Amino acid sequence: MARAVKTQRKAINTALAWAVGLLIFFPILWTILTSFKTEAQAISDPPVFLFFDWTLENYAVVQERSNYMRFLWNSVIIAGGSTILGTIIAIPAAWSMAFVPSKRTKDILLWMLSTKMLPAVGVLYPIYLLFIKLGWLDSRVGLIIVLMLINLPIIVWMLYTYFREIPGEILEAARMDGASLREEILYVLTPMAVPGIASTILLNIILAWNEPFWTLNLTAAKAAPLTAFIASYSSPEGLFYAKLSAASVMAIAPILIMGWFSQKQLVRGLTFGAVK
Amino acid sequence: MTLKGAFFAASALVSVSATALSAEVLTIATVNNGDMIRMQKLTDDFTAKTGHEVSWVTLEENVLRQRVTTDITTKGGAFDIMTIGMYETPIWAANGWLVPLDDLSEEYDADDILPAMRGGLSHDGTLYAAPFYGESSMIMYRTDLFEAAGLEMPEAPTWSFVADAARKITDRDNEIYGICLRGKAGWGENMAFLTATANSFGARWFDEDWTPQFDSDAWEETLTFYLDLMNDAGPPGASTNGFNENLSLFQQGKCGMWIDATVAASFVTNPDDSAVADKVGFALAPDTGKGKRGNWLWAWALGIPAGTQKEDAAKEFIEWATSKAYIELVAANEGWANVPPGARSSLYQNEAYLSAAPFAEMTLKSINSADPLNPTVDPVPYVGVQFVAIPEFAGFATDVGQEFSAALAGQQTAQQALAKAQALVADAMEAAGY
Repeated sequence: MARAVKTQRKAINTALAWAVGLLIFFPILWTILTSFKTEAQAISDPPVFLFFDWTLENYAVVQERSNYMRFLWNSVIIAGGSTILGTIIAIPAAWSMAFVPSKRTKDILLWMLSTKMLPAVGVLYPIYLLFIKLGWLDSRVGLIIVLMLINLPIIVWMLYTYFREIPGEILEAARMDGASLREEILYVLTPMAVPGIASTILLNIILAWNEPFWTLNLTAAKAAPLTAFIASYSSPEGLFYAKLSAASVMAIAPILIMGWFSQKQLVRGLTFGAVK
Repeated sequence: MTLKGAFFAASALVSVSATALSAEVLTIATVNNGDMIRMQKLTDDFTAKTGHEVSWVTLEENVLRQRVTTDITTKGGAFDIMTIGMYETPIWAANGWLVPLDDLSEEYDADDILPAMRGGLSHDGTLYAAPFYGESSMIMYRTDLFEAAGLEMPEAPTWSFVADAARKITDRDNEIYGICLRGKAGWGENMAFLTATANSFGARWFDEDWTPQFDSDAWEETLTFYLDLMNDAGPPGASTNGFNENLSLFQQGKCGMWIDATVAASFVTNPDDSAVADKVGFALAPDTGKGKRGNWLWAWALGIPAGTQKEDAAKEFIEWATSKAYIELVAANEGWANVPPGARSSLYQNEAYLSAAPFAEMTLKSINSADPLNPTVDPVPYVGVQFVAIPEFAGFATDVGQEFSAALAGQQTAQQALAKAQALVADAMEAAGY
């Protein structure tokens, strides 16, 4: 009897999880489906779901019109570069806040997060002028630094939370065995926090990959990543939803595939904390 | 090799290397629409003729506007040519941000540019951006529904005829709505349509002393007429409908009439996308007998930001892209129906074009009937048909658009929306020092 109830509950939970998952995934699914429709089918009312003449024409048009690989490469460099740089800076910062906290650590953490509350457009002009002076406009270096700075509070916060769960005694033991600070962080702390660091890196790659404001406003022809690629297919005067969907699918495909293969690490890192 | 042959080879080498030396890479910011995409495809012709190469930055209209405005106000120099509209050109020219285009070649024939376009893209009589294509607005209507209702659309209808016809055609059970008009809030959305409509009712944004005029009878008449018409004969949820939403409704056969950009004519008559392609007629935007029609005027034009290092090459590109030869190049590659319309007078004397584009004559009449310097019945201190060419306009017109959109959604009355519009525009103008 108890087992029957348990099985039933499990089935309900599974069904519920699938329903929520599908609900969240539906806009992406719809974008994928629309990318295989003609422009007329894309706007048809009632909408067509699966039974239409599937076409690859939109992908052909997008491929012909834009240099997809250039945008993709820029996205990879910018998202990857900003995340690596951010992680290198954030690990020591999170270490000090987690294991050697001062009276003001909490305030510093909150202050860091508060910078995320400022609307980006509020600092567009100062940053733009700075970029002109530094010669960073339309350069990948400039974008890597800006995106790193934007995501740094999140990286530090996440790593700080993971590090807090690691018992300080383990690090103390390493210290007593004669480990230097560098060795302590590199060989003791980091391996233990790998799931946490991995999920932080993954989340930040996704955030940097999808960042639409700075990547559009600070680039022109050379450093424009996939966000600009999508923006070039959106139009308020003309129904190009199928082509826009094809461009969107091409832009999110790499991150979807990466997310699919790393979902175990991502979920484990986000739900279980640092220490197993 | 003979001496003569050697001489020719040497001079050819010199000329190639000279071209290579002066060849530039131009970065051009442009908007995503069919005409601009066609231009990108044909860029090789420009490169072959001049040696200059082109890097395109194509963006959605609103993103483009923000992007180029940031760059030109900070003298960022990210772009050598910018695609701008009639709203930006006179403001930027007055600030000295654009290179004047007063030394274009004789072959270019600047006098061939349609006078309405030239007027809207000039400052103090000097052209600052060359029109790539131009548009106005007009009525697109379903000839079959008009016939079934026993109606005949005049070439130049009045608003009262349009309203009566819309109510007659409406058949809500079969999802046929007499008229589809913009309702989505925004200075380039519902306010473009409503400002142009207000002109035909004799309303204006400001009097000669820059005092807002939303408390006038003409504005009350305009807004009440629009709300009543849309409530009786418009589609449900019209307060969120912009160009694309109405285009979709019209193409699916759900609108009896649609008043919007002339550029839509090629979409609704395209049998690949439109279910009613062979049942569309065109007429001038309506009037109320006061001498002004409710149509707007817009151009996407190419301008050069002042301070660019590549001014000469940029001018060469603009001459190429907005020339008569370019129109012929498009016609040869994509057919006459796909050439950029509304910029040059000579296009409307071209028989091949007139027979390929059934909406050409109506487009020209609509463009010619709009006057950006005298947009409405009474005199105004501003330039612009469906906008007021001052920097503050985009901000407060969007706020006014939200009030009008809320009225269309039934959240407030016309009088309440107008009172709020009057107050917020008065505040904005005071803050701006008018």
